[in-house]
Amino acid sequence: MRGQLAALSIAAVVIIIGVPLWWRTTETYRAWLPVSQIQELANLELQLSADVEVVFARGTVTPEQQKKIPLTLSQDDEHVVDEDTSLRYRYETRYRTATIMEEDALNQPTAAEADLSLHMLSESPCGSLVVYVVPESTSLLPEDVEVYIGQRRTALLRIGTQMRVGRTLDQLLDHLEPRIKKLLQLMSFSHTDITAALSDRVRLSPGNKESIADSMRAFKSSPGYEITFSLLNPDPKSHRLHWDIEGAVQTFIQPLLTKLEPLANFSIDSQILYYAMLGVNPRFDNSHNAYTLNADSLAHVINPVEARLGSNAASSNPVLNFLLYVPDANHSPLYIQDRKKQQVPSNAFHSPRWGGIMVYNVNSFYGPDVAFPVDININMAKVMGVFLAQLRLLLGVQSSTPPPGFLVAPCGSSGLADWELDRLMWSRSVENIATATTTITSLAQLLDQIGNIVINDNIAQQVSSAVTSLQLAVAELESGNLGFALQYSKEAILASERAFFDPSLLHLLYFPDDQKFAIYIPLFLPMCVPILLSLLKIASEVRQRRRDKQTKTD
Amino acid sequence: MAARRNIPVGLLFILCSLTFLIATNTHETTSTSEHPDKAVNLPEKSTETGGQTTEQPAVEERQWEPTEFQEETVNDAAAEKQDATPPETTTTSAGAHPKDDFQEELVIRPLQSGDVYASFQFRTLWETDFMKGNKVSHYRLFPKSLGQVISKFSVRELHISFTQGYWRTMQWGQPFMPSPPGAELWVWFQDSVTDVDGTWKELTNVLSGIFCASLNFIDSTNTVQPSASFKPLGIGNVTDHRFLRYATLPREIVCTENLTPWKKLLPCGSKAGLAVLMKSEKLFHSSFHSQAVHIRPVCQDSECTTTSWELRQTLNVVFDLHTSGQGKREWSLFKMFSRTLTEACPLASSSKIYIDITDNPQGEQFELTPATHLLSQAVVLGDRRTFSVYDLTEANTFGSMRSLNLKTRPKSGGYIHYQPSKDRVRPHLLEMLVQLPPNSVTEVTVQFERALLKWTEYTPDPNHGFYVGSSVISALVPSMVAMDTNNTKERPLFSSFFPCKEESSYFVRIYTEPLLVNLPTPDFSMPYNVICLTCTVVAVGYGSLYNLLTRSFQIEEPNPRLAKRIANVIRRLRGVPPLA
Repeated sequence: MRGQLAALSIAAVVIIIGVPLWWRTTETYRAWLPVSQIQELANLELQLSADVEVVFARGTVTPEQQKKIPLTLSQDDEHVVDEDTSLRYRYETRYRTATIMEEDALNQPTAAEADLSLHMLSESPCGSLVVYVVPESTSLLPEDVEVYIGQRRTALLRIGTQMRVGRTLDQLLDHLEPRIKKLLQLMSFSHTDITAALSDRVRLSPGNKESIADSMRAFKSSPGYEITFSLLNPDPKSHRLHWDIEGAVQTFIQPLLTKLEPLANFSIDSQILYYAMLGVNPRFDNSHNAYTLNADSLAHVINPVEARLGSNAASSNPVLNFLLYVPDANHSPLYIQDRKKQQVPSNAFHSPRWGGIMVYNVNSFYGPDVAFPVDININMAKVMGVFLAQLRLLLGVQSSTPPPGFLVAPCGSSGLADWELDRLMWSRSVENIATATTTITSLAQLLDQIGNIVINDNIAQQVSSAVTSLQLAVAELESGNLGFALQYSKEAILASERAFFDPSLLHLLYFPDDQKFAIYIPLFLPMCVPILLSLLKIASEVRQRRRDKQTKTD
Repeated sequence: MAARRNIPVGLLFILCSLTFLIATNTHETTSTSEHPDKAVNLPEKSTETGGQTTEQPAVEERQWEPTEFQEETVNDAAAEKQDATPPETTTTSAGAHPKDDFQEELVIRPLQSGDVYASFQFRTLWETDFMKGNKVSHYRLFPKSLGQVISKFSVRELHISFTQGYWRTMQWGQPFMPSPPGAELWVWFQDSVTDVDGTWKELTNVLSGIFCASLNFIDSTNTVQPSASFKPLGIGNVTDHRFLRYATLPREIVCTENLTPWKKLLPCGSKAGLAVLMKSEKLFHSSFHSQAVHIRPVCQDSECTTTSWELRQTLNVVFDLHTSGQGKREWSLFKMFSRTLTEACPLASSSKIYIDITDNPQGEQFELTPATHLLSQAVVLGDRRTFSVYDLTEANTFGSMRSLNLKTRPKSGGYIHYQPSKDRVRPHLLEMLVQLPPNSVTEVTVQFERALLKWTEYTPDPNHGFYVGSSVISALVPSMVAMDTNNTKERPLFSSFFPCKEESSYFVRIYTEPLLVNLPTPDFSMPYNVICLTCTVVAVGYGSLYNLLTRSFQIEEPNPRLAKRIANVIRRLRGVPPLA
């Protein structure tokens, strides 16, 4: 009896004190994560709302119709992208007639001037559009132009000829609606853009090659970019090159970047690399009396140069490289041929998500009696024009060709129209949200699968802030505040990346349970076997005694 | 050694960072994860997402597309602002005054031991201002990567050296640029830096990426802040050693992967100029190899009205011609470097080779072919020496010379600063200001105890021993000849590194050999055996205690003997009644 009590008390001590103590001391610290909210984010329902204002100029609606114009109208457009992601586009359209000031503005001689003075009257907020419906007889637009898209967030829409007589208001609105929709897709967001932006989340069905090439060309959304201009001078003995890169950046690149400031931070630097050779020997073409580079060999051109470009030592943002290559005296002039064996007029080419190269021939300045080295001032306007075009492509400012009847105003000194910026902001917000949700959900999945990973408080905090920012970003998109949505989506992406790439997550990754138990077995086995055996013995004795008692009572 | 020299009055700083008892060489794995190239250490996101994975094929299937652009987009902007565009024509060479300048130089000195000492120096001067958060972003001769480092981390001075082999001062004399074996890094930060330790940590990580070296192993356990030694070499009299960090990695092995990024910093790379000679097979097949990068602000002129930044890249090699050569004391550039010079770097404003002929004034010991009439005298390390000069920027140098051949014809203390170590936090630092009497031997001894480290702190090869960095002796040595105190005057690069404050003395820095200390090393296969053994002991003790507590002991009827039972079985088989 005494022995049984002793065995029971030892077992009790082991179970009540020993096991919790062992459990407590070998536990990994895992802070609380908002798992349910992350689960909600895994199922993403995005709603994009754009405000559109349709303004009827004098001569487009009759006074009776004017009274009957509906004030607002909202249209929903729903798309299911895949089982976890669905999109809904909402266009909030407001109708009104033009004010006197606007009428005055519309009476300007040209569309560009009208655009400017309309902009002076009122500045429409980020993400919204104003469409002015002008009468068919207007002098603002050329004959064959139906729609004029300005530099800001305004467009002029000419009313169709068939609407001139015998129309009702409903007919008029029905007539306007498809054209306004087309305009909206061009100026704010289109379904193809948004699905391309979701490519981080959704595996795209192999669509047409063109659209994939378009979406692969632009850099992925990032909180910052480094732009590096490099002048490659493979022959410093013959050419002494001077480029006024500082002035050129100030004149050509900086206005664009200032405009793009809400999207990301940009930093620019430049360098000159000497004795930097291309990886391909250009072939001499007798017919042109020049050296040529084939489009097929362009892929090999960069490799030796890239080793010398160097990555940015001071940040980990993606780098956009722009190289200006001045061929050496023995290999000039050098021209690039496209796949149809035609010389490329710009003599430049670009590579998706990497940058661009321009070949700059200087042999025309050699003169009759050339004495090397030659001093050459590089025409930066010519160079920067090409680089600016490449920069726009690489940043994802799509210059999609407008449909017939549309006239797009040339972008001004800033190199970017307001609506182009909006368009970029829409797709970047969606892209950021998609990336951040993917990161957060895969982090949650990882942490869920591997129970050994320590989750520190700062990671939990980053995750929570990422989730909050994501929710805010989604909400702001829904209410149409594009600027705030982009801001929150950027915060979300930063916080989620910081949480995902935190080094503390790696510590106990490779310490699996079976090895842990292999270490504990020499202690646990000899200790637990006697306890278990004696407990079994006690149990069987108790049962025996009860049976005995039963037989006795029987 | 230095004490044996006949120095009447000498001031010596002895800096000795002793790290016997602490884990200098144990590197936690976490430190690597702060490496700038963070993607290396990171797990891939789950492949389902495809976010990370799509990027790779995109790069491989990189499609090159010709760029189309509409001219009018730029012409608009150009018309608005670009009125003053310089015409795209050849200009006269008298253009704008270049703000940067590059010089290269090679000094060859035949040593008394028969070895040949070759010292390359490349200097890039750039009239710009990295101070006070000035954003510098357009680079010409100055390498972009280092410029970015300076402006991001607000560095005032940066000195980094990688050395393989030990400089034998007794046989070879003083080197132009002293450096300790392994890697050495010391940095003065600008006084605008608030978190010096954090910046230092980040800087070492970035530099380790730039130079392909394990500088990321520099942490608080091997970083010191010397209070008296290592004053700034550039302009500015900063004495607050809070902004100074000094660290050595004596274990660091220097090889080609460090040389390649170093060569990449040169404007001409290894394509032209003196750097053509740097063939790594030959450079590392030598008795001593040391490469260094020094960045500091210097004065542009003697009044110091404008400052410029100086990047000095040096490479010092001692070739052992006896073992590699054919027993003859004859060398040529081709024999040493297996390359010859064909041109100067076109970007260099000066490109010269100096041959030390001080010991050979009449040409009785060796003769130079081709001979040069250009002689130069320079005061270096308190001695006036004569050099034959070959100017590579002059065309006629190459007219006669394809390879340069040189043939020989056979014929006590006032100030002590001691900072004790903290285990696993910081190393020992002992600085002494000693005045050495002439013809005397000064010994500095430090007692230490050998201790066991934590088992995770041992290196993968603990039996190799643990390094203790070189001691450093910095001295102002009285000079035989008058030193040149004007630091902005045109001088050969090798004689202008350490600034001279007074005419009567010159500055010398000497590094001792690093020490290798053996620490007691446990048998690393033991832990699991020990766990098993102790568990068994615990289990045996516990088992007997348990039995004692739970068993009740009582006297039992003895069982019938085994023999008796067997006998009974046999008897039963036989049908005989069993035994009682």
